[in-house]
Amino acid sequence: MSPILQGLITIVLGVGGCVAYFYTSNLILDKVIFPPKGANPGRNINRANMVRPWLFMLPAILALGTYLAYPVVGSFWRSLFNRDGSQFIGLGNYEKLAVDDTFRQAVLNNFLWVLFVPALATFFGLMAAQLTDRLKWGNFAKSLIFMPMAISFVGASLIWKFVYANNPTIGMINAVRDYFHLIPVDPLQIPFWNNFFLMVILIWIQTGFAMVILSGALRGIPEETVEAAVLDGANSFQLFFKIKVPQIMSTIIVVWTTITILVLKVFDIVYATTGGNFGTQILPSYMMQYMFRDDGRATAVAFVIMIIVLPVMIWNIVQARKELR
Amino acid sequence: MAAIAGQKSRLTWAVNISVVIMVVAWLIPTVGLLVSSFRTTDQISQSGWWDAAFPVEKAFRDRIPGDGETQADGKYVLTGDLLTNGQNAADLKPGTVIKAFGTSGIKPSKYKAGETADLGDGGTLVVNKDGSYTATSTTSFEGSGPRVYFVADMPPAFTLSNYKEVLFSDGMGQAFMNTLTVTIPATIIPILVAAFAAYALAWMEFPGRGLLIAAVVGLLVVPLQLALVPLLRLHQDIGIGQSFLGIWLAHTGFGLPLAIYLLRNYMVGLPRDIIESAKVDGATDFQIFMKIVLPLSFPALASFAIFQFLWVWNDLLVAKVFLPANDGSKVMTVKIADDLLGSRGGDWGILAAAAFVSIAVPLLVFFSMQRYLVRGLLAGSVKGG
Repeated sequence: MSPILQGLITIVLGVGGCVAYFYTSNLILDKVIFPPKGANPGRNINRANMVRPWLFMLPAILALGTYLAYPVVGSFWRSLFNRDGSQFIGLGNYEKLAVDDTFRQAVLNNFLWVLFVPALATFFGLMAAQLTDRLKWGNFAKSLIFMPMAISFVGASLIWKFVYANNPTIGMINAVRDYFHLIPVDPLQIPFWNNFFLMVILIWIQTGFAMVILSGALRGIPEETVEAAVLDGANSFQLFFKIKVPQIMSTIIVVWTTITILVLKVFDIVYATTGGNFGTQILPSYMMQYMFRDDGRATAVAFVIMIIVLPVMIWNIVQARKELR
Repeated sequence: MAAIAGQKSRLTWAVNISVVIMVVAWLIPTVGLLVSSFRTTDQISQSGWWDAAFPVEKAFRDRIPGDGETQADGKYVLTGDLLTNGQNAADLKPGTVIKAFGTSGIKPSKYKAGETADLGDGGTLVVNKDGSYTATSTTSFEGSGPRVYFVADMPPAFTLSNYKEVLFSDGMGQAFMNTLTVTIPATIIPILVAAFAAYALAWMEFPGRGLLIAAVVGLLVVPLQLALVPLLRLHQDIGIGQSFLGIWLAHTGFGLPLAIYLLRNYMVGLPRDIIESAKVDGATDFQIFMKIVLPLSFPALASFAIFQFLWVWNDLLVAKVFLPANDGSKVMTVKIADDLLGSRGGDWGILAAAAFVSIAVPLLVFFSMQRYLVRGLLAGSVKGG
């Protein structure tokens, strides 16, 4: 069966199945199990209403449980076994990681990514949001800066491979160097700094995301606070840094943490540009090196990523619960 | 206020200029790739894409054919056209202009076009800008004309050959269909599953609701990397293995937290009166959901659909793990990252065209549905903060 046909059938089955499930399960609940008649119609209605939410959520809970909750435990458990899963080795995989130079390099590089990418993307996003706010062509400028969001990490990596190309007639960086009669260099092979050249790609993508959200937040600032500051003689910079930025601080933190989480997951950029060579390895791409070859090691790396993400996760949950009350 | 008004025009200028600089900086890399995708690999290595709109100078070598000589004023004469009849005719497109020519390889541009070159022994050679030439000699050429070197300005040329090659012989056409096949079910199915759950979390009262919402928020940031090994194992154990069905299920699972979160945030904001009055009129939850909540939530559904579409279309990680590694089921991202970057790493024209084939659809979706995308982002993040 051709994949396209298979896809169409899956859509019909998936959507039809969902609707059928929700419809019949509700019907059975209301007509068969707890019908609103007989001895206790009132009690039956209440009981049906207690069960109903779980009917509504069952498919989602099953999917979330299987595809996101179970793997957290499953990965940890797998990481305690050796390469092919035949032997329990406790924390052996983690011990191996601790003495692996590439792993240490990956942790260090990831630390740099987490430090710089969210900070710079948020900063540029904030600048773009503020600068385009009052411009007539602001929305046009915004959609152009936002555009890289639609491009895959692989596509973006390729786009920037052109910019960084060694050949001065292809790469713009080397074209500029050539103009000043400097010998061409490959930016992706300069030790240490190549990490930053790779980060540029993600910053380029994420600035638009930061800009859109921060621009929404800036628009939400009450006019009175701005007017009061203007009347008190605040100049544009004071207005921005002392009046506006503090008021959107919570949104800035949300943007910052969202990008931080993303940074810890993106393996595509390193994979498609340097393949982790020249000292650019980061944890997600390091993990992919072991995927399919040493699942014990791969899951151990994944769990390390999970542990790094954990504080942000807890912070998010705390924030969400605060909002619910 | 007066002081601010005075500074205003200068400040406006500064703002305009900085935004222009930023937009150009953000746009240039993509434009470079787009322009390169319409140039042959030769052109790409001869001049930068920023010169693509200008003529390129290129040197050629030819030998004037010796047959067909005529006699005039006691001299033997050969005439003809270097551009249309020479050995390089295939490379010389209409619009090519000859700038200079020469008679030896050491000085290929000794004479300007139209000047008379000395062939020795009283012979002369004139090559004009349009490629026509006249060679004269006091003795017969005897079937062998003089060698000629010339430098020509080639007009800017763009070609679709990269796209043709990528789509029809490099397998990107197949990969494009595969990406489409993966993306559409993986976008549609989670919407319905999530919408029901979001309705329950937004409008039904039951114990443990807060806990479930917190769980969804938590699962939002679980790194996908964790899911890969255990789920692939699971898929193999239950017989799905690496297949399209597997990747649809995986993307559905991975997309759910965001879907539930976005949709719940939106549904909570729907007017309470409508839902309460429907309940009073005797509508069941199922009816309320299908007839009121779902249609009213269209903007949120659209924004999640766009997110999920872009995410699945652009995904590399999940596709690498959950789809088989054979050529027939590679999606575009895998094709580019694993095949083209490796085997055609230096073939920039092909790479650029492949990249553009893969980002054309997301860009189209992005520019036509940007409104919903922005709305979704704002609903998901500003509220959360």
